[in-house]
Amino acid sequence: LSVLLPTYNERDNLPLVVWLLVRTFRDSGIDFEIIIIDDGSPDGTQEIAEQLAKIYGSDKILLRPRPSKLGLGTAYIHGMKHATGNFIVIMDADLSHHPKFIPEFIRKQKEGNFDIVSGTRYKGNGGVYGWDLRRKLISRGANFLTQVLLRPGASDLTGSFRLYRKEVLQKLMEKCVSKGYVFQMEMIVRARQLGYTIGEVPISFVDRVYGESKLGGNEIVSFLKGLLTLFATT
Amino acid sequence: VAMTKLGQWLCVLALLGSAWAALALAPPGLQPPTPLRQALLPLPIYLLVAFGCYSLATVGYRLATFNDCEEAAAELQEHIRAARADLRRRGLRL
Repeated sequence: LSVLLPTYNERDNLPLVVWLLVRTFRDSGIDFEIIIIDDGSPDGTQEIAEQLAKIYGSDKILLRPRPSKLGLGTAYIHGMKHATGNFIVIMDADLSHHPKFIPEFIRKQKEGNFDIVSGTRYKGNGGVYGWDLRRKLISRGANFLTQVLLRPGASDLTGSFRLYRKEVLQKLMEKCVSKGYVFQMEMIVRARQLGYTIGEVPISFVDRVYGESKLGGNEIVSFLKGLLTLFATT
Repeated sequence: VAMTKLGQWLCVLALLGSAWAALALAPPGLQPPTPLRQALLPLPIYLLVAFGCYSLATVGYRLATFNDCEEAAAELQEHIRAARADLRRRGLRL
């Protein structure tokens, strides 16, 4: 299992995420590697990553840095080049995604032999912490619109906590062109187009940065543009 | 050839739209009986309003039942404490 961790200015969170990942994998006996793709963070994230590689071994913590912020899609491609796992987990490095769900993803994958397992905040006992009413409303509203227009067969399209079969992720990366939230949506939509199966696991999303990074008009507009583009082209 | 979602919508709308127009806007000789025409004419607006109500109700319900993960946040705080302590022991210099 390979975990791809794209980072940008995650000096404080990176060691915590890695610690939680290592503990989760060791407790469940899962063979793993963690690939850290740092986009030239000015806050010293890469230096922390190097320390972690020394502590846990450079066979477990792989560093694949890049000189500058080049985007999530290319970060995945770059990270996958040297991934040796059969499955790839993508997640956020800011502790909004808790590694404890990864064994559940694996269990779900085995249960239905799924090509993709997607963490969902909207079903079962999935949920969010740290969002006010406005943020939740935007989230539910946008998701409803997406469901009506795209009928994607998955409840959480903009989530980024997922398990992919390696070949599936590689195939999807070739086809997806969007950025940001829409990129995650496009992955699921294209996966369905290509006939891949998708399982879901409820996850909790703990947002600790919401106070600093409000969801603004710009992001909403670009989301709508992306949604309409997917509506018209897939 | 797979159709885009937009293509599917246009097809369905074209089909329903032409059926409605044929029945509701037919010239005097071919009109269906009056009660049927009276129901048919405002149907598109009714359906639009019904969909609007359904949307509001659904989003409202989902908003109200959006789970708040209090325990997850608390658990995370504990894990962060444990992680920091253990990492310091292993030699991580923050």
